Amino acid sequence: MRAVIPVLTVIAAIVALWYVAVVPMNIKETLTQLERGGAEVTPPSAQDRRDMGHIALVAKNSFAASATLSQDRPRLPAPHQVASELWDSTVDKKVTSKRNLVYHGWITLSATLLGFAIGTGLGILLAVGIVHSRVMDKSVMPWAIVSQTIPIIALAPMIVVVLYSVGLQGLFPKAVISAYLSFFPVVVGMVKGLRSPDQMQLDLLKTYNANTNQGFWKLRLPASMPYLFASLKIAVAAAMVGAIVGELPVQGGGLGNRMLTGSYYGQTIQIWSALFAAAILAATLVAAISLIQRGTLKRMGLS
Amino acid sequence: MAPDTSNPVIKAEALDLTFQTNDGPVHALKDVSLDIHKGDFVSFIGPSGCGKTTFLRCIAGLEHPTGGSLSVNGMTPEAARQARAYGYVFQAAGLYPWRTIARNISLPLEIMGYSKADQKQRVESVLDLVELSGFGSKFPWQLSGGMQQRASIARALSFDADILLMDEPFGALDEIVRDHLNEQLLALWARTEKTIGFVTHSIPEAVYLSTKIVVMSPRPGRIADVIESSLPRQRPLDIRDSKEFIDIAHRVREGLRAGHADDA
Repeated sequence: MRAVIPVLTVIAAIVALWYVAVVPMNIKETLTQLERGGAEVTPPSAQDRRDMGHIALVAKNSFAASATLSQDRPRLPAPHQVASELWDSTVDKKVTSKRNLVYHGWITLSATLLGFAIGTGLGILLAVGIVHSRVMDKSVMPWAIVSQTIPIIALAPMIVVVLYSVGLQGLFPKAVISAYLSFFPVVVGMVKGLRSPDQMQLDLLKTYNANTNQGFWKLRLPASMPYLFASLKIAVAAAMVGAIVGELPVQGGGLGNRMLTGSYYGQTIQIWSALFAAAILAATLVAAISLIQRGTLKRMGLS
Repeated sequence: MAPDTSNPVIKAEALDLTFQTNDGPVHALKDVSLDIHKGDFVSFIGPSGCGKTTFLRCIAGLEHPTGGSLSVNGMTPEAARQARAYGYVFQAAGLYPWRTIARNISLPLEIMGYSKADQKQRVESVLDLVELSGFGSKFPWQLSGGMQQRASIARALSFDADILLMDEPFGALDEIVRDHLNEQLLALWARTEKTIGFVTHSIPEAVYLSTKIVVMSPRPGRIADVIESSLPRQRPLDIRDSKEFIDIAHRVREGLRAGHADDA
């Protein structure tokens, strides 16, 4: 419980900073609106205001500060606007509605989970191959590293188009992009984990005349568990980034799609609330893995 | 039981081992000849780099000699390893942290395909042998260093090989624990009648435990002296104050010094 106070302090500081930033960010549009509404603003000419700094404008028009916090299409929405939009679009709307973030979150989540499962499976298989075969060690690892240097934002549309041309669309292409990002940390972590037993441990098995299979199941695999879980946490977050990026070029809904349509129509509040929904979802996934990790390692006597 | 001197369990003749390293060849063992008979307790003592561990690893089939001949139970060390002819105890206990003590001890039994019932019964009996009964369900971190090392000895004993190879098993433990474990090891040796090869740095430990002390010297690793101990097989701890014990310790020290003399 002692951790609560520092966490709340940091959150309060971020929210406060955010509010402070909202005023100058939105001041120009706010002043223009207020002027149209008949208010006296300084300087009165839009031309002059354009050349002035944001902070100077705030200093001269302090009466407008409160109005900057409740713009319809602010450059930077205020925290309470994002919070109320989040509430509005998760609780108040029907779950099946296309304006409900739970609906979009579910679409993203299902692609994330499928991609994460594929990526993790692939990552573990590759790691097992790399650890047991010198040829795979030399050939697969460099390609795995190269694969991660290609910007996913460039690759995602190609994956979508290629898979569409073979008749695959909807969930699967997004899961592929998601798996593409998530297999890598699993490979790296598992290779390190499967190689973590020292020479003495390997010699010990040799004195029992154990075969490779027994060495894998009895020593390498259990020894790799702490490494696997560390990787899974990174992988699940990467999988979600992949799913969101995969949603940008397609019209099937999802948090990524929500962000993109928000930016088309200048709906900054919608973008930010989708962003927060994504962050909350990712944090929940990481927390879920932490929970499984704690339980598993505890049962194994490793923590 | 009188030691059987006709047919050695381990026989090394003119054994040679050269490692190829990046800094050129390292002559780890040179012209090592030694017979170890059934029921012997043989200690290998010498400074670091004298090849005592390497020789033990050769017997275990973990290193491969580059010259000479070596037989274990009348087979090559490789065949003996495959026949699970020995139990090996390393300097560190090396217990799996994710297994309980009982499951650590049953690890070799699982690998060798013993039945579940047989595993259980053997684990119980070796736990008793190293005086760890009742600790089977504990995890390694719940045990002291000395208890962990006893558990690792139990693991090496569980499949009842006739030979026990121990590479500085008590090297990392303090003197008091070490004395206690030495006493226990002798009792265990008397009960099981195993042939033991024991690598150590400590002169008192070597003299107290062994029926035969092999003094080795470095660069290249070779045997400087082989001392047949005249101490009785039954040895209380205070035998270390006897004249005989001190004489043997003196001879070991002389052998070690001689090995170093032509080094300098």
